[in-house]
Amino acid sequence: MAVIIDENTRVIVQGATGKQGSFHLGQMVAYGSKVVGGISPGKGGQEVEGVPVFDTVAEAVEKVRPDASIIFIPSQGVKDAAFEAIDAGIKTVVIITEHVPVHDEMAIMALAKERGTIVLGPNTFGIVSPGKCKMGIMPNAVFNTPGNVGVVARSGTLSYEIVFNLSNAGVGQSTVVGLGGDRVVGLSFVDVLKMFEADPGTEAVVLVGEIGGNAEEVASQYIKEMTKPVVAFLAGKSAPPGKRMGHAGAIIERGKGTFASKAEALTAAGAKVAGLPWQVPQLIQESLGRK
Amino acid sequence: MKMFEFMAKDIFGQNGIPVPQGRVAYSADEAAQVAREIGGPVVIKSQVLTGGRGKAGGIKFADTPEEAKQAAEVLLQSEIRGLKIEQVLVVEKIKIEKEIYVAIALDGAARKPLVIASTHGGMDIEEVPEEHLVKYYLDINIGIMPYVSREITRQMGVRGEIAKQIQGVLQKMWQVFKAYDAELAEINPLVISGDKIIAADGKMTVDDEADFRWPQGTPYVEERTEVEKKAHELGISYVELDGDIGVMANGAGITMATLDIIQHFGGAAKNFMDAGGGSSMEATAKALEILISTKPKAILANIFGGITRCDDVAMAFAKVKESIGIPVPVVIRLVGTNQDEGVRILKEIGIDAYSRVDEAVAKAVELARQA
Repeated sequence: MAVIIDENTRVIVQGATGKQGSFHLGQMVAYGSKVVGGISPGKGGQEVEGVPVFDTVAEAVEKVRPDASIIFIPSQGVKDAAFEAIDAGIKTVVIITEHVPVHDEMAIMALAKERGTIVLGPNTFGIVSPGKCKMGIMPNAVFNTPGNVGVVARSGTLSYEIVFNLSNAGVGQSTVVGLGGDRVVGLSFVDVLKMFEADPGTEAVVLVGEIGGNAEEVASQYIKEMTKPVVAFLAGKSAPPGKRMGHAGAIIERGKGTFASKAEALTAAGAKVAGLPWQVPQLIQESLGRK
Repeated sequence: MKMFEFMAKDIFGQNGIPVPQGRVAYSADEAAQVAREIGGPVVIKSQVLTGGRGKAGGIKFADTPEEAKQAAEVLLQSEIRGLKIEQVLVVEKIKIEKEIYVAIALDGAARKPLVIASTHGGMDIEEVPEEHLVKYYLDINIGIMPYVSREITRQMGVRGEIAKQIQGVLQKMWQVFKAYDAELAEINPLVISGDKIIAADGKMTVDDEADFRWPQGTPYVEERTEVEKKAHELGISYVELDGDIGVMANGAGITMATLDIIQHFGGAAKNFMDAGGGSSMEATAKALEILISTKPKAILANIFGGITRCDDVAMAFAKVKESIGIPVPVVIRLVGTNQDEGVRILKEIGIDAYSRVDEAVAKAVELARQA
């Protein structure tokens, strides 16, 4: 079992003929994802990596019945592309693009909520259920260990690091979910923790968080109620206050959102907290062993 | 990007929100000239991007152009919280009967714009007691239609003619918020003066990701240092720090984690550099050049290729090494997409790539210490 996507998920790629879109379409096909179509206006009828290209999402819906779409469109066109997918009835939309205007992000999330669509991103590395389906830009070789640990993260490459450590220690994953690094994204930690709590294929969860904001503190409230063990990795222990570290939220202001305050909230909720990537597999194994 | 008060007020004024008469001045003489044009008591307000101006002495009053000149002279030679005052706003003095607070802000967790309004304006909004605050979440696709503004003033407990005027201001603030892709539009205080209301202060922050959509000539204030600006133009996020190891990684989270690991091994980073995902070989080479220009004792690159390709990164190092040279020791951790090709390219130019981050960081810390 897995959350959001599995071996039956039929995937389309919006922006399939662009540099990033075509490269990652190929990588997803090589991974074994069921990529049933690509979208590229004006290029309908062509093929990319053996996958048929359509002019619009509506055409793809008619011809290949997709469940999920992954978007590789430049930031100015993301709102249009996401609306097109949601309006065509696609139920899972993954937006890889970064630098999307925040007003567009709010408009996308408002429509998604109205139509009951799950949105991951913008500015996400995507989602992968190892051995079943990958919708994202993560390296195939690192995400090939199926197992029973769910991973939820805001940050892409940091998740690669954590999953690299887990897989090398023989700890496989059920699903690895990237929420996206922007201020406005489709899902919260709590939304995904609830999915993992309900998923019979997941026995423990790794939450990959960072300093700034209060998402980890809010997640702690829900972790208290969970029956499955949670290990949290937090980045930014060494960050000085007042400096924004790349992500919109990653800044310590007036002593709020610090490593210490987050670690305290998570520990109080019963989660184990790691500050270094290689501590994560050990803490997960301890958690699972004790259960 | 933030705007100065005078920029925000110009935009508010152009969009039909009543603002006091006056304009910005860059010298004491110019301030006197503006005061003369206004022809009555004026307020001289320092233009700096920080709150608490009033308490810090950054706002002065004058009854004559001569007094205005003297006040501006003093202000233009001072600083507020370390920020030099480069210009002042000279405006007519308004008779204040009551101060109101209105703002449209962005609530990331709710994924919606949020109106915050209070009849207890004038002070720091964080000090206003919760029971005097109205919080109204907007649907981005509805915004502040007339009925929404009527509900907000009802919740504020304001009635009659003044309520109608506040409703008008709220609707116009929404037009501005939307047209400029704002993250914040704030008026504090919105002053009630007789039967009129007037925006006595204004604040705006706009989303620079949406600059392609900004109305022509949208003003904003550049807040970056020179190196940070150069990095931003390349799509790199760069922050200066106090240590001696130059750091490059791809992704904000892994960059932060890299700094944590450096600290764990007893070293200190000279910077935070997130070279971004999917950067081309050329962009990575330029990022490396920026890093070299800051003169670190050692360079550590922690690359986990996903959308970024390891061979592009390796080619960038080879290119820079050949063109300008890399004068300090380099440690590279390289795994992920096209890893084997990347490692091979690095080997050709005499750089060993690490697969484990702890080993790479420990090595970089050791090299920086020896330098």
